[in-house]
Amino acid sequence: MNIVFAILVLGVMGGVFGLALAVASKVFYVEKDERLEPITEALPGANCGGCGFSGCAAYAQAIIDGTGKIGMCAVGGRAVNDEIAAIMGVESVEMERKVALVKCRGFHATKKGCYDGLMDCEAAAKLAGGGPNNCPYGCLGFGNCVKACPTGAISLKDGVAQVDHEKCVGCMACKNACPRGIIEEVPYKQDIVVACSSKEKGGALRKYCDIGCIGCKLCEKTCEHDAIHVFDNLARIDYSKCISCSACAAKCPRHLIADCNLWNEFNVVEAQAR
Amino acid sequence: MKLLSIAIGAILVNNFILSQFLGICPFMGVSKKMDTAVGMGVAVTFVMGVASAVTYAVNLLLIRLGLDYMQTVAYILVIAALVQFIEMFLQKVVPALYSALGIYLPLITTNCAVLGVALQNTQNGYTFIQSVVYGVTGGLGFTLAIILFASVRERLAANSDCPKCFEGFPLALISAGLIALAFMGFQGLRIG
Repeated sequence: MNIVFAILVLGVMGGVFGLALAVASKVFYVEKDERLEPITEALPGANCGGCGFSGCAAYAQAIIDGTGKIGMCAVGGRAVNDEIAAIMGVESVEMERKVALVKCRGFHATKKGCYDGLMDCEAAAKLAGGGPNNCPYGCLGFGNCVKACPTGAISLKDGVAQVDHEKCVGCMACKNACPRGIIEEVPYKQDIVVACSSKEKGGALRKYCDIGCIGCKLCEKTCEHDAIHVFDNLARIDYSKCISCSACAAKCPRHLIADCNLWNEFNVVEAQAR
Repeated sequence: MKLLSIAIGAILVNNFILSQFLGICPFMGVSKKMDTAVGMGVAVTFVMGVASAVTYAVNLLLIRLGLDYMQTVAYILVIAALVQFIEMFLQKVVPALYSALGIYLPLITTNCAVLGVALQNTQNGYTFIQSVVYGVTGGLGFTLAIILFASVRERLAANSDCPKCFEGFPLALISAGLIALAFMGFQGLRIG
């Protein structure tokens, strides 16, 4: 009898809770946009954060709210953005493939001494004196970006991170992981790059790095397309104007401006020259 | 004074995770990053407080019906329904809190610290106020433990100087054990 009573009471409790939940789901019903689900499904679901939102679901919500633009998903590329545009019923936007670039070639730079701390860029950058490198702008080479990269496109070469532009999907997770802030988004078709982030004056920079930009402005004077300018002692390329004619690369006295596709060969040539 | 001793007891002396070993699953699962740990801690504190209050009422009902031996089953039922209800309620009424708690809220349904706090309230014969205090401070103890643990794990993850065989969970379990040992130091604490 006891058992029957217990079953009955708990059964009734369960029934009451079930009913209460059913009522609550009606009372507290939140209207969701029916486009939300197909958009979330169309997105790659990598939650890389490259679009600037916390994840794919947040980006989908932002598109519907109108706060996010279509065409921000670098991982999905053209196909995904077309699909989202179709769901939203608007024209798709042409999107350019972007890749990450580590703006440092600091294996030519010197170290202050022997670093024996945590093998982590964040930890090293927070040290008094700004880390183990003499250059306060250069790549620390402990590979936080390598760990952050979802596609394995970044590797360390001679203690400096280098991005394989073929593997890079442009999510820029590495940019957020870099405490130095030297990873930049560049168009995939951009060949000629300035791989230095140093705002140091030429004289000081020469003491610790034999490739870094000294801000001599030779490139600026050479360029016929008004595409490269020096400010803060650092040459910067305007990617919308640059046609990759490599005139500046030929003039650069530091051989810093170069075709990033040729970096590996360039290293070999340079090593032979020494 | 009794309330203070309950609070200190729940946060430090009988910490739900580190000395009672309740709620280990979220403790290991979402402690890799500090911000997720904080989110989980806040959500657990919230649910433990509300669950203490509700199960107190359910217990009164069970005692009246002479079914107090069914506490465990009834509490599981109540907590599961309650978490579902809170989720729906927050989504409608406080969307900001809902999105802040995110996926942690439904995860708590299976958190045995919540069931633990309800059962202990009954076993210890706490009054309504004492139950709620025990629930909230128990949640705070959970938050303290998971935040401490997340900071340790973040630090460990940054250091690649770890033997391959200990990487990941083995190291996490060992460090959890060491933190629990450290919390044993609070055992001698007596208030009132």
